[in-house]
Amino acid sequence: MPESEVLHAEHHLEYPYLRSVGPVIGAFLTGLRDGTILGVRGAGGTVIVPPTEYDPITSEDTGELVEVGPAGVVETWAWVSHPLPKHPRTTPFAWALIRLDGADTAMLHAVDVDKPDGLATGDRVVARFRPAGERVGAMSDIDAFVPEASGGSRGAAGAGS
Amino acid sequence: MSTEPDVTDGGAETEGPVTTLSTPIRLDYAFTPGVAQSRFLRGLAQGKFLGQRCPKCKKVYVPSRGSCPTDGVPTTEDVELGNVGTVTTYCVVNVPFAGQSIEIPYICAQVLLDGANLSFMGLIQEIPTDQIRMGMRVEAVWVEPDELSPSLASVRYFRPNGEPDADYDTFKEYL
Repeated sequence: MPESEVLHAEHHLEYPYLRSVGPVIGAFLTGLRDGTILGVRGAGGTVIVPPTEYDPITSEDTGELVEVGPAGVVETWAWVSHPLPKHPRTTPFAWALIRLDGADTAMLHAVDVDKPDGLATGDRVVARFRPAGERVGAMSDIDAFVPEASGGSRGAAGAGS
Repeated sequence: MSTEPDVTDGGAETEGPVTTLSTPIRLDYAFTPGVAQSRFLRGLAQGKFLGQRCPKCKKVYVPSRGSCPTDGVPTTEDVELGNVGTVTTYCVVNVPFAGQSIEIPYICAQVLLDGANLSFMGLIQEIPTDQIRMGMRVEAVWVEPDELSPSLASVRYFRPNGEPDADYDTFKEYL
């Protein structure tokens, strides 16, 4: 090896955390694996999505789980022109806060559109689930949201992207 | 070399309620050794331990950082060390951990090469773990010549070389 060659090595450091999710987030993730999106009823009957164990305003225990979506309204969004390795998509996409039908809060997820012109605040989008066999009980079980006009997929129906 | 983390690893529950979520935290970085460390690493690729001597205090550092931490002067004189050294202190690893590549129990020791004034960490093999001791004389076992690389992986491990233990006074400064 010539002295002029600069030595170089790739190093990786990883902490393999495995978190306990608890009864409410656990139910939410189980729902995603089943192709459904669950919220929880908080104080005053508001529906919180993703669900929490406690009402974020009153700190009271939350109540029953309710199914929401799979479509909803884009409340606000940001365009990602250069996705990073940890992003859920390899091509440009939008991060969006989506208030799902039946929910009173917005949930963050990716919207799959080709360019920023294809999305506007107030647009209706729908979840596109991964195929049933690929779902593991994680946020990524929803592959992305897509404009409602182009159609999503009810995960429970087993359809894929 | 790069493998993307599998976020489902250990976290996927395909039946029953989901109770856990795998959330690995990962740092990828590119390491470029400087001039001094590159010299040491290139030495390893030739099956040699290369150090440097301080022109003021005459201490020999291996690996050298290119300067003497005591005198603050550049180390310019290259020194080739031998294959033999002394265990100054050690730890027997009995606890498994994620990413472990060596079968437990194993011995992790600080080895002071003959002629050096700085010890470095090495794996000790070919001895039961309950027989390791401070002062034990050891020798490096290198990989096959065609497997040598500019990495400490070129040294497979150290093993006892059969010499009588070193006297405590010869290494007490290096603990």
